[in-house]
Amino acid sequence: MANPATLGAAALSADAIGAGPMSGPRGARPRRRLSRGNVFLYGTLLLVSLYYLLPLWVMVMTSLKGMPEIRMGNIFAPPVEVTFQPWVKAWAEACTGINCDGLSRGFWNSVRILIPSLVISIAVASVNGYALSNWRFRGSETFFAILIVGAFIPYQVMLYPVVILLRELGIYGSITGLVLVHTIFGMPILTLLFRNYFASVPEELFKAARVDGAGFWGIYFKIMLPMSLPIFVVAMIIQVTGIWNDFLFGVVYARPETYPMTVQLNNIVNSVQGVKEYNVNMAATLLTGLVPLVIYFASGKLFVRGIAAGAVKG
Amino acid sequence: MMAFDSGSARLADASVSVRDLMLSFGAVQVLKGLNVDVRDGEFLVLLGPSGCGKSTLLNCIAGLLEITDGQIWIKGRNVTWEEPKDRGIGMVFQSYALYPQMTVRGNLSFGLKNQRMPKAEIAERVARAARILQIEPLLDRKPGALSGGQRQRVAIGRALVRDVDVFLFDEPLSNLDAKLRAELRVELKRLHAQLENTMVYVTHDQIEALTLADRIAVMRGGVIQQLAAPLEIYDRPANLFVAGFIGSPAMSMLEGRIAGGRFHVGGQSLALDGYEGDAPGTLGAAILGLRPEHIAVAPEGAEGLAATVDIDEPMGADKLLWTEVEGQKVSVRVPVETSHRRGSRVTLVPAMGKASLFDAGTEARL
Repeated sequence: MANPATLGAAALSADAIGAGPMSGPRGARPRRRLSRGNVFLYGTLLLVSLYYLLPLWVMVMTSLKGMPEIRMGNIFAPPVEVTFQPWVKAWAEACTGINCDGLSRGFWNSVRILIPSLVISIAVASVNGYALSNWRFRGSETFFAILIVGAFIPYQVMLYPVVILLRELGIYGSITGLVLVHTIFGMPILTLLFRNYFASVPEELFKAARVDGAGFWGIYFKIMLPMSLPIFVVAMIIQVTGIWNDFLFGVVYARPETYPMTVQLNNIVNSVQGVKEYNVNMAATLLTGLVPLVIYFASGKLFVRGIAAGAVKG
Repeated sequence: MMAFDSGSARLADASVSVRDLMLSFGAVQVLKGLNVDVRDGEFLVLLGPSGCGKSTLLNCIAGLLEITDGQIWIKGRNVTWEEPKDRGIGMVFQSYALYPQMTVRGNLSFGLKNQRMPKAEIAERVARAARILQIEPLLDRKPGALSGGQRQRVAIGRALVRDVDVFLFDEPLSNLDAKLRAELRVELKRLHAQLENTMVYVTHDQIEALTLADRIAVMRGGVIQQLAAPLEIYDRPANLFVAGFIGSPAMSMLEGRIAGGRFHVGGQSLALDGYEGDAPGTLGAAILGLRPEHIAVAPEGAEGLAATVDIDEPMGADKLLWTEVEGQKVSVRVPVETSHRRGSRVTLVPAMGKASLFDAGTEARL
């Protein structure tokens, strides 16, 4: 009974058609900003970041206070009177042993250890990885396996043998010796990283380059290197962080005048004589952590890309 | 063109010659004493299902795989121990394998720079290849900014600039969509007619093989099953495998036996008069292979094989009629306008001159 009427109305007026079936939900579904899920999600994120950022906050604040203010407690409160004296002292005046020129000595030692170790280890490991994935030779798998086993041997086992080795080579206690140690110990993980990355490069690209007459080094420099920036960034970050934060090798294989920054930091913070200068300690620690932090911030995006590219494929 | 028996006579003018090629990966033998000669200027297609060793053979010719035994000759030179670059070959890959960080120009000139060729000559050759392949507007782009078809053109160009005698193609059209594939196929054929180079082309696509090849080598399990001109392979397949692999829609196979000069299937029989070949008087188990276009449909009761109509598949130009003869499926190519009811009875009249008979035991052609 109602049917003929609706039909007639529909046929008569175009408005009626528009208002009928088109008046319901249309287009993208609206989302509520303040849904329960969102509140939970952002609440959790906020809480977790607070948890992680709180120590940093305490450190920065403490490093900007004078000692009297620190003694009053209130470690979370911002400084009433901001002073940069602790930073200056940490960098240039703090005493470790007989030297009283602050962390600056350790910083430059660390730089002089880091740069050559970084360049040499990445250069050698990338060629290793390239050869192992593209120029398979008889026993290359065995060679690779032996190299990887190296990654699983605890450093403590090798500490003393390496001391003897360096002594025999006449570079014990020198920066050269420390560079050599870092280069060798970084090799397994870096080679694995590069091998897996180069294995993910299509084999036909390599074949095409061979037909085009490029040799071992030609393919490496002209084909492989230009397309592997992300993995080089990953390797760089791993090495910078690892070498800069290293304490064990530094304390074992260096002498006081060649101590890296971490060892010197320890000596400043853990010195038993005199008053504990918390503000100087905090400043010194922040200074030491600054280099890896800067590297992370500068290369975050490439780092993620490289990790995704290199780590997945075996 | 005559059927060429591989391994017997050596061609004097062979451009590529593979002699007793053996290749094993550890205990697995991939190629077992393979012989093939490619004539000068010939377009040879290596055809077979995946894993038949056709790409492996191509890689051996290119020198990208170390062979276990045998020899490779290119242009009358024994290149068995030579590097790919010294063999006088250009190669085109399925994935294009363009150097992603170089421009098209860089891709084309990379091989020439490695030869330390003078700059002027490089520019000249790149320009010539770009003209032939019509990729001049793309020269300063990176491969990432090209479509699939354009990339493959550049890949062909990279082989072209090397100015070599032998081109090797490893499934170059497999990554393209159907329409583009058909276009580039024609272009490749034109290119071959223009350059008159020797080309060895690997594919699993029989249409590509039939349309492009001067001769086809059908491979299975590392062995060449038949090496002949496309029509020869289509009309007179050497064995059951070749017969089943070549042709779309596929050849219908009827299992039966031969007795008294007739082929018996179930309760019916068919005179073998006119069959090209020596069909024995009697054979316990034989297979009759019939291409859909070599069967005529007659009304019920005519001389031939009685069949029941199943369904039909219209294919535009014609129609494929599926029928059943004694419980075995037979497809027939019929004009589009004919209509047969499902379940109706008809008679199939095969053209015996075009039929293929196989020994069911050895699977070889009779």
